[in-house]
Amino acid sequence: MDINKILKIIRVLREFWLTSIACEMEYRFNLYIEMFSVIGNLIGSIFILSLFYRENSTLSGWSWSESVFVLGTYTFLEGFTITVLQPNLSKIVDYIQNGTLDFVLLKPINSQLWLSLRFISPWGLPSLLSGLTLMLVSSFKILDSINLSLLLLFVISLINSVLLLYSIWFILATTSIWFVRVWNANEVLKSTLAAGRFPISSYPPLMRFFFTFILPIAFLTTVPSSIIFDRNSGPTLLMSVVLTIFFLFTANTFWKFAIKFYSSASS
Amino acid sequence: MRKLINIKRSYRVISSILSSQYALMLEYRAEIILWALSGLLPLFMLAIWQDADVLSKLDLSRLELRKYFISAFLVRQFTAIWVIFLFERDNIEGRLSPLLLQPVNPFWRYYFSHIAEQLTRLPFVIFFLTLLILFIPELNLTFDIFNVLLSILVILSTFTIRFLMHWLFSMACFWTDRASAVERLLLIPYVFLSGLVAPLEAYPESIQNFSRMTPYPYLIAFPSKVLMGDFTYLSIFFKGIIIWGVVFFILSKIIWKLGLKKYSAMGS
Repeated sequence: MDINKILKIIRVLREFWLTSIACEMEYRFNLYIEMFSVIGNLIGSIFILSLFYRENSTLSGWSWSESVFVLGTYTFLEGFTITVLQPNLSKIVDYIQNGTLDFVLLKPINSQLWLSLRFISPWGLPSLLSGLTLMLVSSFKILDSINLSLLLLFVISLINSVLLLYSIWFILATTSIWFVRVWNANEVLKSTLAAGRFPISSYPPLMRFFFTFILPIAFLTTVPSSIIFDRNSGPTLLMSVVLTIFFLFTANTFWKFAIKFYSSASS
Repeated sequence: MRKLINIKRSYRVISSILSSQYALMLEYRAEIILWALSGLLPLFMLAIWQDADVLSKLDLSRLELRKYFISAFLVRQFTAIWVIFLFERDNIEGRLSPLLLQPVNPFWRYYFSHIAEQLTRLPFVIFFLTLLILFIPELNLTFDIFNVLLSILVILSTFTIRFLMHWLFSMACFWTDRASAVERLLLIPYVFLSGLVAPLEAYPESIQNFSRMTPYPYLIAFPSKVLMGDFTYLSIFFKGIIIWGVVFFILSKIIWKLGLKKYSAMGS
């Protein structure tokens, strides 16, 4: 891919995002509701987490700060979901139901790119910010031990989680070519991802296996945290990067495979 | 004589709404299984709680904990309410107007369509319950007629209270066209105060007392306690159900009247 092509994509994305933000600005009242619900959820989640740490208990060997860090990563990823994944991927179902996917496929731009990044919503901002704040506050005590290379590894792992989450959502959304009504499946995915609020090692072995190899929630929230707190992070990071590349590749191949079965609607 | 005709008429109305809605819901069986799957949260939380260190410091055995969360799972499955979403859609798309012209209050249509959906969940819940009984043999559940009837009564009253609560808030649709935001806010205390993600015993005293003053523990914690066979909660539960039921009922009657005056029949 040459540089001109990339520049063109960036220009197009800028136009896309400016228009979709302008659209969302019509509903400014949403911001207050969003902030209120983020704060409420955050207080609730921290409160529930604190129940596991009453009277000097710990949660499967994870310290309080580490668990809060996991919660912070979860909140950050939730913000990413509201900002990018939800506004784009939940519309795929409609395109297929109404047959408007035709117009997307005809556009002179990669269809997966258009479907994944056409819209952006500012309402995930409160979650993104509070996620970052939680991460920062919970790692305050060990701030001295964080050097540049550790920070770099952490950023890699966070980007990795974002991409992995995206691929899981995209694969699920693609199945709507056959099943049409899958927006409930999104709901299931969302409620299952909620399992990532807690460190993965606090689950029994069978569920840990499921959350690692079948629906890799373990890599989403637990890996970034274990890197910052320096828990044998090297091998797990490598594994999660490999896994993400595999999932991204699968998402792309699966999409190309799926549009072969797209028969359009009402035409 | 008039009374008799009334009873006969309401029986006919109820049975026809219920059977038509049940048929409608059966069409979406696959979807309902997906919805049901999204209600697995109590079982996830059971998985974490049963091995948590803090459990040894609580006044709750591991078996009791398991019974509690499995009961909470049952209560949660059969009390799924989305009337705010439905009412908002019908209001915005102008579908409420023909409903208002019918000689039956739209409340009953929504109420029985929800009950019909809960009925279609039955096979799914039985399947999960069987799995749990196989995996945890020490549960030792008793299925005598008294227990089953009591459980149905408890779940049905919990369902009704939660429905009335959401019905009350769905009337925000008469004043704003984004009432689904209200639902998001209603759900926050539902997750954290009702006992869905932690048994009430695990809460500090002050928060326990606070949550008892809200309707939320009557939606999960207390009915689950009764379901798991702790009958000391029987009177607490039914007292709360009656008090909150009367409160929600009267408020929704008043606001319904006020709201109808504001109703502007959007989209027609």
